[in-house]
Amino acid sequence: MKAVAMIVLLASAALAGCGAKHEEAPHRAPSAPVLVSAPGQIDPMRRGVPIDADATPPAMARVENFDRIRPVNYEMQPPTIPHSIDNYQLTRNTNRCMLCHTRSNAQTFLAPPVSPAHYATRDGTILEEISPRRYFCVQCHVVQTDAQPLIANRYEGLNTTIPEGGVR
Amino acid sequence: MIGRRLRTMTGRMRGWIAPFWTTLWRPSLHFSLGFLTLGGFIAGIVFWGGFNTAMEATNTEAFCTSCHEMKSNVFAELKTTIHYNNRSGVRAICSDCHVPHDWTDKIARKMQASKEVWGKIFGSIDTREKFLDKRLELAKHEWARLKANDSLECRNCHQYDSMDLTRQAPRAAQIHQLYLGTGEKTCIDCHKGIAHQLPDMRGIPQG
Repeated sequence: MKAVAMIVLLASAALAGCGAKHEEAPHRAPSAPVLVSAPGQIDPMRRGVPIDADATPPAMARVENFDRIRPVNYEMQPPTIPHSIDNYQLTRNTNRCMLCHTRSNAQTFLAPPVSPAHYATRDGTILEEISPRRYFCVQCHVVQTDAQPLIANRYEGLNTTIPEGGVR
Repeated sequence: MIGRRLRTMTGRMRGWIAPFWTTLWRPSLHFSLGFLTLGGFIAGIVFWGGFNTAMEATNTEAFCTSCHEMKSNVFAELKTTIHYNNRSGVRAICSDCHVPHDWTDKIARKMQASKEVWGKIFGSIDTREKFLDKRLELAKHEWARLKANDSLECRNCHQYDSMDLTRQAPRAAQIHQLYLGTGEKTCIDCHKGIAHQLPDMRGIPQG
């Protein structure tokens, strides 16, 4: 009986030792863009943290809320939203963006009205209110945060994509 | 005919009330004046304190959310908003926005709210579907109330004079100056649906 108890005790002690060996400091994911050199090793979501390790995520990004219209980065780009939209209801019941950005209220709230194209159905009929196919604003228009890009890149926007003296 | 019946009714009423009336106006036989005045005074304090304590109890978050109509509809929605959870940890509970702080206004609102007790007993909105069907009507009542009292419950905490416009987003500062500062509009005109989801707003002016 005593021998059995000893064996169990020793075994549990050995197992406890095994567990302790694997403890490591948690990985901290870099917040700056990850430079990926080798092809096929792109891992933007884990930012280079091994798959078997827990990562401490970088601080949450803040939404930019400065209300100045940003230049577009490429042609036909839907303009980005220059203010925070926390808790603005955009549901089947209501579209709070259109409180200010509808044509009739834009002047009142000093907001840019949505373009006339947004009032047209796909058949070309002009509606009084925003067309259902354009109803969910954030499908195309999004807020911008101060987050770092996941992968470093050299894209510089609209102007640099056209060569000097080139035709658009 | 009607006149005679009324006369006999008032006569019968007078027969009932008369003994009480005479007792009320005759000097007390058994109790001293001191007992009656002091007793009356203390009883008054107890009654008044009890009344107000009971009324305060109906103003707590626990009381409001003790019925599932509130708990699983409007309270559940409030939880996602800034009036429930925010960086500074100040919370506005139901009564902060829906019950006036002044005593007379509060009593008036509480009397109105007795209709809600009726609704609870007869199950007017005891399912989510019934609640959603009625939501526009309920919301309209609150909008009208806040519009009529110039958003009093908002202004109990948010006063225009105390707003540091330089710390607001430029857009917010501009619009507040233009419409709130001039008194042209009141809070609820623009800030509908800040604490709960909105009803179907088709055909309802939002600004």
